[in-house]
Amino acid sequence: MGQHESNTKLIWKVFGFLSIVTIIEVILGIIKPHWMHYSNFFGTSILNWVFIILTIVKAWGIMWYFMHLNHERKNFVGSIIIPLVILIPYLVTLLLIEGNYLHETLAPYVNWKY
Amino acid sequence: MKATTADQVSNVWEGGTTRPLGASYGKMMMWFFIVSDALTFAGFLAAYGLTRFKFIDVWPIADEVFTHFPFIHGTYPMYYVALMTFILIFSSVTMVLAVDAGHQMKKNKVITYMFLTIIGGLVFVGSQAWEWKNFINGEFGAVQLNDGKIVQFVGKDGKQIALEKFAIANNPKVEHTRKNGLWFEKGETTYEYTTAGVIEGFKNTPEIGIRLEQINPETKQKKVILNKDVALKYLEESRRVVRGANLEVNEYGTSQFADFFFFITGFHGFHVSSGIVLNIIIFINVLLGTYEKRGHYEMVEKVGLYWHFVDLVWVFVFTFFYLV
Repeated sequence: MGQHESNTKLIWKVFGFLSIVTIIEVILGIIKPHWMHYSNFFGTSILNWVFIILTIVKAWGIMWYFMHLNHERKNFVGSIIIPLVILIPYLVTLLLIEGNYLHETLAPYVNWKY
Repeated sequence: MKATTADQVSNVWEGGTTRPLGASYGKMMMWFFIVSDALTFAGFLAAYGLTRFKFIDVWPIADEVFTHFPFIHGTYPMYYVALMTFILIFSSVTMVLAVDAGHQMKKNKVITYMFLTIIGGLVFVGSQAWEWKNFINGEFGAVQLNDGKIVQFVGKDGKQIALEKFAIANNPKVEHTRKNGLWFEKGETTYEYTTAGVIEGFKNTPEIGIRLEQINPETKQKKVILNKDVALKYLEESRRVVRGANLEVNEYGTSQFADFFFFITGFHGFHVSSGIVLNIIIFINVLLGTYEKRGHYEMVEKVGLYWHFVDLVWVFVFTFFYLV
């Protein structure tokens, strides 16, 4: 493998970045800003969208810098990322639409008055 | 890489000398395993999403379920899982530092960082066990109605109160304990309280109400009924007292909530545990100097990939169970 130069500085930088993103998530999760929490944008609240986007950013940070995808050859990165990027959103979209349908169909039959 | 005789022999096992993807066979296969495992977890989380959307109007609110912090009383949502997330991210950092040290052939540094990684993993699994313990034991207790709905009890301010605060303990009979015989044969778990005792206590306690699972979409809070007569109509339908959580019923709300929590965090915890075992094996090999003799520390890198993947999954579990 030979001598590699040390990436320690970059590792700590990425750790700092992931920590800051996590802290932002936790702060948002505790105070739940009113305008973000009680809003509706494309099926869920803006707050939830922020959480999801920050999560994907974190996942990217881990995969690129901790799992060293930035050092791999492009075709290898593609063979890993492309199946995930296509299959997961596809499955999630179908199942969430289905779940929403189940809710709309079944919820009216639940009796809440006694 | 220097082409020595030893390398050429081991190359056969590593997929030969042509490497179309520019990665060794072992590393490539670890990545493809991770892809398939990621799809498995995605399937679980997507199924969780389906169930959650199906019960979107009654789903338990995570902030009210996971409120414990070690050594401190009171309700502290989020802090504990945030701590767990940090522990796992930090053990990911020590892992990547071990890989980095391995590239430079610094054996002692690899040993130190691998050791820290193993400790981080053990602390995380321990934390998860503690989280499970709180979840299984429950905090307030609730009543399940004949049609399966969960009814919780609240004070005048709408905050949950525990059964001990008002219910009459009328079920002191304990047939089997660990001390006096077979501690579990069959039958439902028996509690200190019966539905009759809960209803009786409810009638006698002023300023107490019930809370339904139903969420008001505008306030995003569960529906509270403080009117005693209305509340008693619900309680007349009581089937059993519920405390904590199991796979069949839980005091927090719909049973699928606990099922998915146990299944997904359990599956993740199992991954962490097997990751710790792999880390220990590699750690021992590093101590023995196996990779020093081999000339490279790629095995540390491969196990590191798995360990980072475990961290990656937790990032998603954290979001979808605790934040969203």
